[in-house]
Amino acid sequence: MPGGNRRQVRLSDGLPLLPFFAVVVIFLIIPTVTVIVGSVYADGVFSFARIQALFSGTALSALAKSVLLSGSTAIIGAILGAVLAWLIVSSPPTSMVRRAVISLCSVLAQFGGVALAFAFLATVGLNGVLTLWAQQVFGFNLAGSGWLYSLTGLILVYTYFQIPLMVIVFVPALEGLRDQWREAAVSLGGSTWRYWREVAIPLLTPAFLGSALLLFANAFAAYATAAALVSQGSPIVPLLIRSALTSEVVLGQSGFAYALALEMIVVVAVVMVAYSAMVRRTARWLR
Amino acid sequence: MTNGVAVELNDLTRVYGSVKALDGLTLHIEPGELVALLGPSGCGKTTALRILAGLDEATSGTVSVGGRDVSNVPANKRDMGMVFQAYSLFPHLSVLDNVAFGLKMRGKPKSDRTSGAADMLDLVGLSAHKHKYASELSGGQQQRVALARALAIQPRVLLLDEPLSALDAKVRSQLRDEIRRVQLEVGTTTLFVTHDQEEALAVADRVGVMSQGRLEQLAAPADLYANPATPFVAEFVGLNNKVPAAVSSGRAQLLGTSVPTLQGSITSGSGVAMVRPESVTMSPDPAGTSTVSSVAFLGPISRVYCSLADGSVISAQMASTQARRFAPGDPVTVGVEPTGVLVVPE
Amino acid sequence: MKRTTVGGKVFRAVLWVAFGLFFLFPLYAMADFSTRNLIAGGRTGQAWKNLVADEALYQAIVISLLLAVFTVVAMLLVLVPTMIWVRLRTPWAKGMVEFLCLLPLTIPALVVVVGLRNVYLWVTYFFGESALTLTFVYVVLVLPFAYRAIDAALSSIDLQTLAEAARSLGAGWPTTILRVVVPNIWSGILSAAFISIAVVLGEYTIASLSGFQTLQVQIVAIGKSDGPTSVAASLAVLLFGFVLLLILSLVTRGRRRVAADPAVPTPAPSGVSA
Repeated sequence: MPGGNRRQVRLSDGLPLLPFFAVVVIFLIIPTVTVIVGSVYADGVFSFARIQALFSGTALSALAKSVLLSGSTAIIGAILGAVLAWLIVSSPPTSMVRRAVISLCSVLAQFGGVALAFAFLATVGLNGVLTLWAQQVFGFNLAGSGWLYSLTGLILVYTYFQIPLMVIVFVPALEGLRDQWREAAVSLGGSTWRYWREVAIPLLTPAFLGSALLLFANAFAAYATAAALVSQGSPIVPLLIRSALTSEVVLGQSGFAYALALEMIVVVAVVMVAYSAMVRRTARWLR
Repeated sequence: MTNGVAVELNDLTRVYGSVKALDGLTLHIEPGELVALLGPSGCGKTTALRILAGLDEATSGTVSVGGRDVSNVPANKRDMGMVFQAYSLFPHLSVLDNVAFGLKMRGKPKSDRTSGAADMLDLVGLSAHKHKYASELSGGQQQRVALARALAIQPRVLLLDEPLSALDAKVRSQLRDEIRRVQLEVGTTTLFVTHDQEEALAVADRVGVMSQGRLEQLAAPADLYANPATPFVAEFVGLNNKVPAAVSSGRAQLLGTSVPTLQGSITSGSGVAMVRPESVTMSPDPAGTSTVSSVAFLGPISRVYCSLADGSVISAQMASTQARRFAPGDPVTVGVEPTGVLVVPE
Repeated sequence: MKRTTVGGKVFRAVLWVAFGLFFLFPLYAMADFSTRNLIAGGRTGQAWKNLVADEALYQAIVISLLLAVFTVVAMLLVLVPTMIWVRLRTPWAKGMVEFLCLLPLTIPALVVVVGLRNVYLWVTYFFGESALTLTFVYVVLVLPFAYRAIDAALSSIDLQTLAEAARSLGAGWPTTILRVVVPNIWSGILSAAFISIAVVLGEYTIASLSGFQTLQVQIVAIGKSDGPTSVAASLAVLLFGFVLLLILSLVTRGRRRVAADPAVPTPAPSGVSA
């Protein structure tokens, strides 16, 4: 009898949670499931055709470019972000600069999207401030080949939000490096270099790698900035999805979008699993 | 083999902006001796330790170890072992690797490192936990590993910065005795910083009481306890009753008796005498002017509080079997044993 | 130990300047670009005036602001009672709720919009064709940030005791939530609200691929023909977000100044000092 009552109490207690679950299920779970199902069901028939399309030249090339873009901005963002994080952490803890910089980083990390694209257009675009200035002073056309709208341009622009994201994620790890460890290492005879090699770097490596993975996933899933900068063509996976969704010309393209979206889910999921494994190790050491 | 060396801190001063953390501290430690630096937070004891370790720089004054001036020697070349208050074990290394760390820094080959570390772990009784990690050990075990790590390099000086403060009371007293045992066995000159007077008195050969950057008194524990040189030391070490007294020609008149005064007391006039509870005598007396107000049972000893004729409260410490005679409300006569007291100005 | 050498200080200063330039210059460039008079040279506020003058842009701004408000209200209505209920009555659901709230971080918005088409057929059937129907999806998008903010606030109060006290005095659940709990987690709610506004105003992916004319979609559309105006609009959104963040930090700092009274030390009985 207690078992029966408990189950009853649980169910009716859970009722007020329905609106929340409803919203999440309808607007998050169902679309995701639709994508997964839609990539293996074409016209109601189980088929691998759509997934096979992922191995076509266009799709593979887009995947390669996406991986290149995400990987390079992850590495550059991770390294530069770690440097900036170190700068911040080694400043006096109560300084205004430090607090201001961290809040600025929180804003800039979210400063993805369209605004970022236009910020760079205003800087190094055809009529950008820096372009015009370089033209005047050096006679050199900075925006020349329209590189801003290509993969190179995307790498530069993505770095702008990758670095602050790295700072936000990595500063806690740096702060978790206790002074006692450095002092213990020193009093045991280690030089600063050996402290870094034997203690600090091994301790920070999982956090660094984990953060880099997060940056990768962040770049891979990003859409708005690329969409705003690149109006023609689809060099990376998100833009390929855009053309698959918006093309009125070729039929069955929306099915292609499902497969591409599935590809995105898989890549991001794999990266996030690796990321959480790293974070667990970090949390144990650098609480 | 560690032959203890002598340590000399001479006239150390450390100034941070407008704050004087150390004000001319001079302290000589004999080879193999354990000196405890005792004092409240902010008295400068940790600053002194860190300057000796090389983790902090004195504004003026010198540090010599074994006769050589090491004031300009960087911390990692001073050959000192240090045990911190907490969290000093490297979390990514096993216990064995932690203990062997100092040996690794000195370039010892792997087999020497392993055997040296294993010997140290034996010394502190943690061999069974060789391959564990810091997060799997209790606070007391971690500190024992930290001690083994500091001693593995056979340092000339051992430095302990409040090593027991972060531990539970029971673990604290066990580990305290353990540290002393190990220190005596290895024979290293040791500086032990603490704010807990019981700890200091229990482990040290000599105790230095510090206040506001200055050394108030440096003496063996029993001496410090029985003959406090300044009011601060008398207050800080042990419990005190404060009893009005009148002083003349080297003796103090209080509670109906005359007792000798200690050096440092006022020489004449009225003042306040610092009387230890265990020096207060109490006997049941129907005609007594004092009344028992409460009895605190503390296990082997008890403290009996009673109010004097003038309304002030005094405590007497005695064996619990003796304290059983007293109950709140009993009239008693209070006296004081003829040991010396420190009388300070009112 | 921390002996900062002159070389070290110079090195750090150089790094700071380099980072500062990289991050702040584009913002300056936006301000410059949007106020530049392309024809006559010098400054003009025309691009900024277009924010209200240009009909399409103005409409888009209004829609986006409304969308932000709707999203915040919907998010609070859905999330706050749910989180309170989970803490008080259904702790077994905590893991699930937390997982679902953080899930939008790992499912790209792009994936959601691709799979959203079917769902949206139903949505438009019930609610019409307005861009405001984006509210539901946006609530899901802001869940991770809102959850963290409100969760932090709920953790800092003794929810159990507050709720029991209110209920024992006869308050029903709506009253308890509205009049007792909410006033005590105000900073968390504000934080969640402001972050949500920032996310909604900046959202482009779902709006554009679903065909709605929100602010960001309009900015991109204009961008091809009228650079300065779109840059001005982007900068405006940024400044707005920054102002919100500023207000938030001022408000929350004010509340945090409620310090505990230091316990008044009890005087020791005279004559005995320990």
